[in-house]
Amino acid sequence: MEAVHDHSHDHHVPTGIMRYVTTTNHKDIGSMYLWFSFAMFLVGGVMALVIRAELFQPGLQVVEPEFFNQMTTLHGLIMVFGAIMPAFVGFANWQIPMMIGAPDMAFPRMNNWSFWLLPPAGILLMGSLLAPGGAGGVGWTMYAPLTIQQGMGMDMMIFAIHILGMSSIMGSINIITTILNMRAPGMTMMKMPLFVWTWLITAYLLVASMPVLAGAVTMTLTDRHFGTHFFNAAGGGDPVLYQHIFWFFGHPEVYIIAIPAFGVISEVIPTFSRKPLFGYPSMVYATASIAILSFLVWAHHMYTVGMPVEAQLYYMFATMLIAIPTGVKVFNWVATMWKGSMSFETPMLFAQGFLFLFTIGGFTGLVLAVTPIDIQLHDTYYVVAHFHYVMVAGALFAAFAGVYYWLPKWIGKMYDERLGKIHFWLSLIFFNITFFVQHFLGLAGMPRRIPDYALQFADWNMVSSIGAFGFGLSQVFFLYILLKAIRSGEKAPEQPWDGATTLEWTHLPTPAPYHSFETPPDLRN
Amino acid sequence: MSSQSGGYYLPEPSRWPIVGSIGLFFLAFGAVLTMNSVSGGWYVVLVGAIVMTYMLFGWFGTVIGESESGKYNKQVDVSFRWSMSWFIFSEVMFFAAFFGALYYMRVLSVPWLSDAETGSLLWDGFVAGWPTDGPGVDSKFTPMGAWGLPAINTALLLTSGVTITVAHWALKEGKRALLNWFMFLTIALGVLFLGLQVLEYVHGYRDLGLTLESGAYGATFYMLTGFHGFHVTLGTIMLIVIWLRGVRGHFKPEAHFGFEGVAWYWHFVDVVWLGLFIFVYWL
Amino acid sequence: MTVFTTIQSTLGGSMKSSFGLRALGIIMAFLPTMATAEWNLNFTPSVTLLGEEIHAIHNLVMWIIVGISIVVFGAMFWSILKHRKSVGHKASNFHENTTIEIIWTVIPVVILIAMAFPATRLLLATRDSSASDMTIKATGYQWRWGYEYLDEGLKFYSTLATPRDQIDGGAEKEETYLLEVDNKVVVPVGKKVRILTTSNDVIHAWSVPGLAVKQDAIPGFIRDIAFKAETIGTYRGQCYELCGKEHGFMPIVVEVVSEEDYQTWMQAKLAESGAPSFDPDKEYAVAELVAAGEQVYNANCIACHQEGGLGMPPTFPAIKGGKIATGSMEGHLDIILNGSDKNPMMAAWGPILSDYDIAAVIAYQRNEINSSGDIIQPSEISAARAD
Ligand code: HEA
Ligand code: HEA
Ligand code: HEC
Ligand code: CUA
Ligand SMILES: [Cu+2]
Repeated sequence: MEAVHDHSHDHHVPTGIMRYVTTTNHKDIGSMYLWFSFAMFLVGGVMALVIRAELFQPGLQVVEPEFFNQMTTLHGLIMVFGAIMPAFVGFANWQIPMMIGAPDMAFPRMNNWSFWLLPPAGILLMGSLLAPGGAGGVGWTMYAPLTIQQGMGMDMMIFAIHILGMSSIMGSINIITTILNMRAPGMTMMKMPLFVWTWLITAYLLVASMPVLAGAVTMTLTDRHFGTHFFNAAGGGDPVLYQHIFWFFGHPEVYIIAIPAFGVISEVIPTFSRKPLFGYPSMVYATASIAILSFLVWAHHMYTVGMPVEAQLYYMFATMLIAIPTGVKVFNWVATMWKGSMSFETPMLFAQGFLFLFTIGGFTGLVLAVTPIDIQLHDTYYVVAHFHYVMVAGALFAAFAGVYYWLPKWIGKMYDERLGKIHFWLSLIFFNITFFVQHFLGLAGMPRRIPDYALQFADWNMVSSIGAFGFGLSQVFFLYILLKAIRSGEKAPEQPWDGATTLEWTHLPTPAPYHSFETPPDLRN
Repeated sequence: MSSQSGGYYLPEPSRWPIVGSIGLFFLAFGAVLTMNSVSGGWYVVLVGAIVMTYMLFGWFGTVIGESESGKYNKQVDVSFRWSMSWFIFSEVMFFAAFFGALYYMRVLSVPWLSDAETGSLLWDGFVAGWPTDGPGVDSKFTPMGAWGLPAINTALLLTSGVTITVAHWALKEGKRALLNWFMFLTIALGVLFLGLQVLEYVHGYRDLGLTLESGAYGATFYMLTGFHGFHVTLGTIMLIVIWLRGVRGHFKPEAHFGFEGVAWYWHFVDVVWLGLFIFVYWL
Repeated sequence: MTVFTTIQSTLGGSMKSSFGLRALGIIMAFLPTMATAEWNLNFTPSVTLLGEEIHAIHNLVMWIIVGISIVVFGAMFWSILKHRKSVGHKASNFHENTTIEIIWTVIPVVILIAMAFPATRLLLATRDSSASDMTIKATGYQWRWGYEYLDEGLKFYSTLATPRDQIDGGAEKEETYLLEVDNKVVVPVGKKVRILTTSNDVIHAWSVPGLAVKQDAIPGFIRDIAFKAETIGTYRGQCYELCGKEHGFMPIVVEVVSEEDYQTWMQAKLAESGAPSFDPDKEYAVAELVAAGEQVYNANCIACHQEGGLGMPPTFPAIKGGKIATGSMEGHLDIILNGSDKNPMMAAWGPILSDYDIAAVIAYQRNEINSSGDIIQPSEISAARAD
């Protein structure tokens, strides 16, 4: 097979900004995803800092309560849909074609559209702050009927979500098709790198769950403007119905965030342990089980809505089950390290940070899964602590690991190893200062989404806020490391990591050429 | 899996996606403005719609051109098949959300409203049942019967499923005239279906007092049939495009995914209708 | 400001020390600043038996987790220390072992089953609200709680009592900052109290950590929970479901008292609510109504319409110069009594406020915020209610 280009006159390719606007190259698109996501991470991070600044001390000092709620809402939405998800789609774009020996993604033009749908969505999302009455102050979960009371900003957010959904669905279809149809000869499914597997499964989750979210926000829209009664008891509807639909999407969503992170970690750990991944087939099966289970446990976010006790029991058992496949993954990673020959460059450090802290976050998830305990902890900072462990120390750390790991392949230059290590240690320490103490706040009963709190919560909040600013600054430092590497990094050796075994390292030069694998490698023996 | 003859087609840089994004932005923003009765909102919607139409013509035109000039090989064809299947799967999930809402209200929330303290303290006198507009809405509607227009519509759609299959068979046998006629027939059935659907809505609003605001029943009835009708509209437009392409002599007996994709979509719309007929109208 | 000077002096004073020490220093510097320092590490102590059981099961789960952690992180750090390249460890090449994979799948299953049994038993117990001794209906409003003792027919509202200037930093915060209400829920000790929750507008959640209960209050539906407090005392909770801008400001206070005290309280409350505290036929003077109206306004309306009636357009319209507020008295009374048709945020205050309070708040709005100069008497309001 040989890739053909329309006329193969490369001088027809637009330059400057238009190159990126019109590009059909998976690497360009991957880079745009990654930069977009990092920008969104900073924006969402600044919103987190507004939250933490207000919570530094009891009393209202910095912002008005409704603006605080808008910050919480946008912080959640932007971090989830704007920062973490696009980051991993960026990885997918860069890596999947290279890792399976394909010339590009299956639908390069649609790939471009998936990315270029993000800016309009971002404009609607953030522009909602400027709408009369501001953005929706409803939490990222957008529970009815609070959403009914909001102003025009809420509608902008709803349409932003529709557009984000389109982007995700198209992106996922592209990824699935690429993986199923564009592998090099001999790259059987069970030989695919685990990162590719995790994305196949994630894309399936996305295609199955994003349309459901679209349905939920559409019902919200018609309840707001067209007089339907989906979430209004007066008409026979139920506000809790919204929650069921939302979490049917929302729970798979949290694994959409986690599973590609598992994929990155499953590449990094074997490389730096210089040892093949332990239990490859069980990793694949475990990931698939997590994906299937994730559609069966959604109501563990709704233990206090007063559903029948039988339903609570079912959701408790089902939720606890997820610990098993996740445990298998954790054990496999540890077994991969066991008797390896490990070295601790920055990607490996972040992978270890991930392993340690994600597992802790998983444990607190298990605490929350136990219904009687969750009734005490629901909607407290314990939940906030739990999900920042799995999403910041989990997904975000994995994304850092991935960037440091693949950066040499992408730009052909090395980052500064010493600075990278500093970035890791600062992140690790400040992360824990910020979020570990939130467990205590939650246990003591501090509700989430409040701009002001009782005096008994003052001390830990102050600690957490200090940690947050430290963590934020460490991420600005990361930006510096990146820019330094791009501008004046040392030239990367062909093989910066001696343990790497996937195609992009073994079959392509460093940096990877603009068009890789125009002729697929033959891997049949 | 790799194709031996020729390579995988990779398109040149394209401006259609960004045009689409701009169009969609205007559509969405215009809709927001209109819904909040901001004057001028309609114009923004209109701009969005024009840009989107331009994009769709341009983009699909390009794809059709590429297809007809033989740039797509077997492997590309397989890609199309996978993507269309997954797209339809995503549509299934979208409808699932609304069917789920219907199920939830009918089986759970409406009965709860007349149950125990919820019934006695909040909605005294409400008797659960279906169809209902709930305890707090007083719209006095009559539910839509299943055996009038809806039954005819079911027959129409099922027949259109047959006619498109005949057309497909004709295409594979190289019987172009038959293909064109049966495509035309399919489209006619689709349009007829839509017309009857409009009549049904008029009937609902004018004679039955059944509106979007008629509580749980009204909301699920109009949203489910409405989104289905919207999909039929899309499907009909796609059929028209395919028909015109057929008339122009596009498609080969052995390679005609454009046709098949639309046929799949049409069958999907058909199946959703069966679900609607059973759960919305009949039971 | 002291906080910031503390940071500066701490930073300046420890320039030479290592970074870790400095971070620690910053944190330590805040310790003495909080006179009421309570470095809570665990649950609020519970005064119900079920609450204690919840804490017990939490401890159980935590110990299991500690155990698993020791094994998992033990192996992880062991290999980090021993199997590293820098100590010359050579990589083995194994990547499969079915036996161990089965073991580490089965052991967690067993552990989870062991956890599931007590959890199931406890869940069933916490959801059992049968055989209760009394029932109180708690209705969430934006942003206060309404209570109704169903057996006695006693009804009252319970609103945040922390003064605004403590929130805005003008006054020193008292110990029960944000956790104080004007009317507490009073229940007898040792009795199983069933709380029915519902809501008037959006979802709220009724929860008191010390009583180990939390239940969402869902508009249009009644849900229930029950607790039995074993110890006399005052227990404080909050609304736990985001319900709009004052979500952080709708506390719950439950006072558990002896049976006798409860009866005394109930009789007093019933007497108070039976006899209106105002004279329904009296002609009140403007000044008196305006003064009372200011109180009503500050307790109920200020959250949205803001100080001086300036509002927060476009979400919350200004009273000052407002079309309705300066328009006809009928229109003004109507929107307060029956709420707005257009916007559910403006609730019907008729059921919440007394005739006197409504007359007073109207007088305040029309004479202090605006200056139409007219007032309406409580007697006219009861007449307006009648039709
Ligand atoms: C990356 C995202 C992510 C991930 C991976 C998880 C993973 C898990 N989560 Fe979490 N969760 C969130 C993101 C995530 N969560 C978010 C965002 C929310 C809040 C949303 C909101 O309300 O805004 C939330 C909220 C949330 C709740 C609701 C809390 C509440 O609101 O009251 C619950 C309750 O059951 C829960 C449970 C779990 C469980 C059981 C897991 C499990 O998958 C964890 C499994 C992992 C382990 C258990 C550790 C490793 C296992 C072993 C070492 C094996 C041995 C272990 C045992 C046998 C115990 N989560
Ligand atoms: C993956 C997703 C993700 C990520 C990465 C984060 C990152 C962070 N989150 Fe967030 N968070 C969520 C997802 C995420 N969060 C979600 C879903 C919610 C729930 C929302 C809801 O309730 O609806 C939430 C809610 C939430 C709350 C609770 C709010 C509330 O209940 O009211 C808090 C409070 O501390 C918080 C803090 C933080 C902090 C300090 C960071 C930090 O990691 C951020 C660090 C980054 C930066 C700070 C930016 C970089 C710095 C600059 C650009 C320069 C400026 C810097 C300085 C001057 C120091 N988050
Ligand atoms: C939860 C927020 C909220 C609270 C609390 C509230 N209001 Fe309102 N109020 C509104 C909103 C929103 C409107 C606009 C209604 C509309 O557009 O129809 C409004 C409108 C009004 C108006 C008409 C203003 C005008 O002239 O246009 C008056 C008068 C009024 N409220 C009085 C009160 C009084 C008196 C109280 C307290 C007893 C009160 N409100 C408490 C939200 C609130
Ligand atoms: Cu009421 Cu939060
Ligand atoms: Cu979940």
